[in-house]
Amino acid sequence: MKPKTVDRIATGVIVTFALAIVAILVGLLGFIIFRGIGHISWDFLTSKPQNLRAGGGIGPQLFNSIYLLILTLIITIPLGWGAGIYMAEYAKPGRITNMIRLVVEVLSSFPSIVIGLFGLLVLVNTFGFGFSLLSGALALAVFNLPLMVRTTEQAFRSVPKAQKEAGLALGLSKWKIITSILLPVALPAMITGTILAAGRIFGEAAALMFTAGMSSPPLDFTNWNPFSERSPLNPMRPAETLAVHIWKVNSEQLKPDAAEIAAGASAVLVIMVLLFNLFARWFGRFVYRRMTAAKRMD
Amino acid sequence: MSVANTDHAHKPRPKREKHYYEDWIGKIYTSICVVFLIVVIISIVFFVASKGLTTFVKDGVSPLEFFTSGNWNPTGDEPAYGALPFIVGSFTVTILAALIASPLALCAALFMTEIVPGKGKRILQPAIELLSGIPSVVYGFVGLTVIVPLIRSIFGGTGVGILAGCLVLSVMILPTITSIMADAITSLPGGLRESSYALGATRWQTITGVVIPTVLPALLTGVVLGMARAFGEALAVQMVIGNAPHVPHSLLESASTLTSVITLSMGNTASGSVHNNALWSMALVLLLMTFIFVLLVRLLERRNRV
Amino acid sequence: MFKKAKKFPLLVTTLAMTVVLAACGSGSDSTGSGNTDNTGTKLSGSILAVGSSALQPLVDQAGQDFMEVEGNEDITVQVQGGGSGTGLTQVADKQADIGNSDVFAEEKLDADQAKTLVDHQVAVVGMSAVANKEVGVTDLTQEQLVDIFTGKITNWKEVGGADQKIVIVNRPASSGTRATFEKYALGQSAPDLQGAIQEDSSGTVKKIITETPGAIGYLALSYLDDSITAIKYNGIEATVENIESGTYPVWAYEHMYTSGDPNEVVKAFLDYMLSDEIQDTYVVDLGYIPVKGMQVVRDAEGNITEK
Repeated sequence: MKPKTVDRIATGVIVTFALAIVAILVGLLGFIIFRGIGHISWDFLTSKPQNLRAGGGIGPQLFNSIYLLILTLIITIPLGWGAGIYMAEYAKPGRITNMIRLVVEVLSSFPSIVIGLFGLLVLVNTFGFGFSLLSGALALAVFNLPLMVRTTEQAFRSVPKAQKEAGLALGLSKWKIITSILLPVALPAMITGTILAAGRIFGEAAALMFTAGMSSPPLDFTNWNPFSERSPLNPMRPAETLAVHIWKVNSEQLKPDAAEIAAGASAVLVIMVLLFNLFARWFGRFVYRRMTAAKRMD
Repeated sequence: MSVANTDHAHKPRPKREKHYYEDWIGKIYTSICVVFLIVVIISIVFFVASKGLTTFVKDGVSPLEFFTSGNWNPTGDEPAYGALPFIVGSFTVTILAALIASPLALCAALFMTEIVPGKGKRILQPAIELLSGIPSVVYGFVGLTVIVPLIRSIFGGTGVGILAGCLVLSVMILPTITSIMADAITSLPGGLRESSYALGATRWQTITGVVIPTVLPALLTGVVLGMARAFGEALAVQMVIGNAPHVPHSLLESASTLTSVITLSMGNTASGSVHNNALWSMALVLLLMTFIFVLLVRLLERRNRV
Repeated sequence: MFKKAKKFPLLVTTLAMTVVLAACGSGSDSTGSGNTDNTGTKLSGSILAVGSSALQPLVDQAGQDFMEVEGNEDITVQVQGGGSGTGLTQVADKQADIGNSDVFAEEKLDADQAKTLVDHQVAVVGMSAVANKEVGVTDLTQEQLVDIFTGKITNWKEVGGADQKIVIVNRPASSGTRATFEKYALGQSAPDLQGAIQEDSSGTVKKIITETPGAIGYLALSYLDDSITAIKYNGIEATVENIESGTYPVWAYEHMYTSGDPNEVVKAFLDYMLSDEIQDTYVVDLGYIPVKGMQVVRDAEGNITEK
């Protein structure tokens, strides 16, 4: 065969497979959303689930998913950004840095079930946090940190060398250079990376079943005192997230409409992840524009 | 050499007195963050290992039996703790999933980078990222309602088993592998490609002769990281694989993985019992495999640098 | 001096934090959360019930109603799943106030631990062998069931049904449902057969049996409906009357264990679980059988006595 013909065939094959992947995605999303969309209503999104009867919604679960995400970010952002800055700016090539890098890589590929079991053993039982949002957020932080460290490090490394040297020439301290010269430039990439990494939190179930628990106490949505037992903001209360709820509904529920609820909740979850990804991109670009515009004004 | 070495002359010396504290605060803060990471990993390894080793140390289960016996019967009159079926199951689904996903991922990566660089990327990149955003519970749900009945109608039998498991996993790891492969190919210097074209090579010859050989270690890195994800995935696999604690005779027969048996039995067994400890031993095996996957990646990266 | 000190803080802090963590780990004690601040007749405190995922919907619903009962405004009831084993361990370690379990504690914990727990039986769950609609069999003897679940019979025509291969949908070895079925339906333990499907959740078991030709498994009565065939056991149908009178043997208690005698708040909740308000409504709705209707009593060894 002529090389030209081979080339054409190979290109055809590659294009076919690439389109097949798009088809798989469209099929998957279509299937999930099509099955569930009929069940989604304002009432479904806001009311609390029924244990026994038909009907009921996913309101508390939806709230829990979002609140848990926020709690996790509160824990991981200072730690992850700090560690990322260390790796980019302070770490000297050597055995210790090498080891830290290994730690980050291992942490990011830990099976989530192992993290969940670790959480049950250490956070829930030993530390006595119980099945709570706090335990869940700490367990999720373990997944989230390595990703955040990596994106932060990459963001800092991609800042042009000249900017840093300018800072050094001005006689600024290293910390000053990091916070006032490098950080603003790296921030958009860091934010996008952080939000994208956080999107995975929505879907996590295996680790949360053992840490945040599988039930929600009745919540009083007029009580916003984080220390009150029935307040939705109390970090020490158990919380079932949307992904865990889907797992539970699928497996053990006796409600007559369990299948529809699982389908509806899956659709909501997928739509949430979609919106979150779009938001991450838009927000990253938004921050970038603000940052660069601000610089020109100076 | 005509370039004069001017470096030593201008190096500014920051005034230590003035910036001393500020610098140290920054340094200590970032160091604490890193230390926290290290503490987390040490404690995870420590706790899982201390639980997982109890099976062998205190309960007297022989490690040889654990790793080589196919007889798993923890509740029988003569309890047996052979974890081989789960280990075999985990490796089989992982390797098969990688075999299915890698060629697809390579095609997608080539499509994005070599065939239609601009537009292809704009279509595929979001698609790939969305795939990675779909939660694993949803994958399991779709697997059980679509893939299992499909396999049943094509091949007969029950539909659950290794085949269903690795199909679900291959879709799940596709995004991981694709994005790493695409990054690797993009990072290739353009000059290499252009010189190949200049020599009259076709695109396919360029891909097979220049692009793939140059970035092969990086491509394999993607495959290994995908395998690491497949190895650790629990819920989606458990829903479709059937969970029989035996080494299966065919791809269509019910089988188990390490993660599936852990999710299935961890809650039902009392903490401290031998059965429960044996499950922790399997978690330890999962942990060790993660280390092995990461070390493999490092090995590949080292070759990539050379 | 600047250079030497560089790695030092990193190492020291790492070590220190690890030691602190390990120290916390060794002193593993946690207090139960049921504190009784008893002021007058009004009770206050929190109750944590952990365990059986099958029992969770019932206890959860009862707990929500309990909190709305007048005088209980200051009580919170939290109900977690996690499985019977987790529930029993947590209550034995006093990390939970109530351990929900599908089986007697003696079957999961060692004798010393089980002795510290007090059993509160809140419902009875009946189980039935179920099969795919196409198998053409509606009645099996104990012997036939044993032969099927031990792999001696592999085709439905051997028990008078259609010419279909038998597909066993079992529960994992650790499951309480399986323990009950083996103990009272088979009368012996059955091995995990090559190729048998194992699922932990009743929902999935039902789904697979409905869809897979030749499938057989077992489910709690609450899951029975027209999509599957309930199989009579030695000619006896799994009905509430037959279980209450003791003629149909495949049933088990749902237990709520406390460590020692329950404190006031927990006792109030357990009493509420056994009150007619719950027993006649949710217990029946969920396909359980109220304990008060039972004419027979069964102990942990499986001995049955008339009430």
